[in-house]
Amino acid sequence: MPVHQVVLHLLCLLTLPPLLVGIIVKVKALFAGRVGAPLLQPYLDLFRLYRKGTVLSRTSTWLFVASPVVAIVTMLLAGLLVPFGYPSAPLAFTGDLVLFAYLLGLARFFTLLAALDTGSAFEGMGAAREATWASLAEPALFLGLLALVRRSGSMSLSTVLDVSLDRGWGESSAVLLLVFVSLFVVFLAENCRIPFDDPNTHLELTMIHEAMVLDHSGPALGLILQGAATKLFVLGALVVHTILPMSRGSSVVGWASFLGAMIGLAVAVGVIESTMARVRMKRVASLLIAACVLAGFGVILTAR
Amino acid sequence: MTALVDSLLILVLLLNFFSLGTTRVKALINGSAAQGVVIGFVALFSQGELTVETAVVAVSAVTLKGIVIPRLLLRALRDVRIRQNIEPFIDYVPSLLMGAVGSGLAILFANTLPLAPEHEGALLVPTSLSTVLTGFLLLTTRRKAISQVIGYLVLENGVFILGLTLVGAMPFLVELGVLLDLLVGIFVMGIMVNHIGREFSSLDTSRLAQLKEE
Repeated sequence: MPVHQVVLHLLCLLTLPPLLVGIIVKVKALFAGRVGAPLLQPYLDLFRLYRKGTVLSRTSTWLFVASPVVAIVTMLLAGLLVPFGYPSAPLAFTGDLVLFAYLLGLARFFTLLAALDTGSAFEGMGAAREATWASLAEPALFLGLLALVRRSGSMSLSTVLDVSLDRGWGESSAVLLLVFVSLFVVFLAENCRIPFDDPNTHLELTMIHEAMVLDHSGPALGLILQGAATKLFVLGALVVHTILPMSRGSSVVGWASFLGAMIGLAVAVGVIESTMARVRMKRVASLLIAACVLAGFGVILTAR
Repeated sequence: MTALVDSLLILVLLLNFFSLGTTRVKALINGSAAQGVVIGFVALFSQGELTVETAVVAVSAVTLKGIVIPRLLLRALRDVRIRQNIEPFIDYVPSLLMGAVGSGLAILFANTLPLAPEHEGALLVPTSLSTVLTGFLLLTTRRKAISQVIGYLVLENGVFILGLTLVGAMPFLVELGVLLDLLVGIFVMGIMVNHIGREFSSLDTSRLAQLKEE
């Protein structure tokens, strides 16, 4: 991959994620009949947090400081494995989709450790919930990827996600549709969006992800927020590439369709958050199991 | 064309899982209505070329299954004023898993069937088997009379899809007759649901077992 393509990919990965969050917030505001915060508000929030000082509890250890750093670095690494506008990602090798899944796992592991490190019962509860749902979301992700692998016969994300019209988009649209729905559910669950978790509440009984990062402040919290936005962007790129029928051969068409699809995804998330309520904790499991079932079904269809 | 039909059939499967997993009667009715509309489009596209007969079957299926019957059911639901929860005998997740296993088995089973060459490898037969199974599950594991009516509807959807493989051999009057029967059946059931609701202020069919004369 030429250097200028890598630079563009990195630039996109580093600067665009907060915009996606801004679009979601804007759509929700418009749905509620409000003007809403400006589109660039997440950037301003991040700058404000990066300028602040940090308060550290005397009981917490190095894990507490390490976890935000790990969270953002793993997400940026994962972002190097997923293709954006160009046909291939900067890093592409056989089996990189396993690395992708476990980079997400590593970030989660460190977030859980930091939450437990604070010693607060509240954060421990958030960590327990996160671990429970993740154990259901991960099989769905793997089954979805397995279906894509079987469809394309390759083990690299860049090839697996190349589903353009000339690469059998039409013939295997049924499989791709199933994988898309399943990965979309995983996308919502992993990013703690409604109907799984409300990113806005600070009500202890309902929170999952927010409960784990309550003790972080200043630049650490900024890193966590940026890491979360990057996760939203990277997983979103994965989701839209499963059904995007555009050929990514020419870079202009590839980038235009990719960015358009990402904006569409953000609007869809905003609409879902405005029209749906958060489901009860008990039902979260059944939604994720349904996602597993759909992805497993996709695998069966490819095996036919 | 087969790719389009396959995608539509996958939508039918998704709606099967949706009806097994949803907790609300109204969502269940809307799901079955959406399934009816999708099946109408399957009927339109599955025959290769467009004939007057397939168009008539498709249009009547969409109007009956997608508009008339759901409206009847929603009206019955509003009239009896029951609680919205479905309250199944078997919980949502187990029934979803049963539906998934059944659908997987349906695909494996359809591969062993001696089908006509144009249906080999298509999703038409496995989807119909899976939909019939979903209908059975809804009929047997749901407590309220109105969700059992929907189970019957889903069951009929599966039979309808299976019928699409036979359109060449089966006169389309039979197909229309089945649709008419369905409408009448749902109509009667709607009235029955209404009566049950008025007499007992509950649609729980498990309580009908105690309905004995002393």
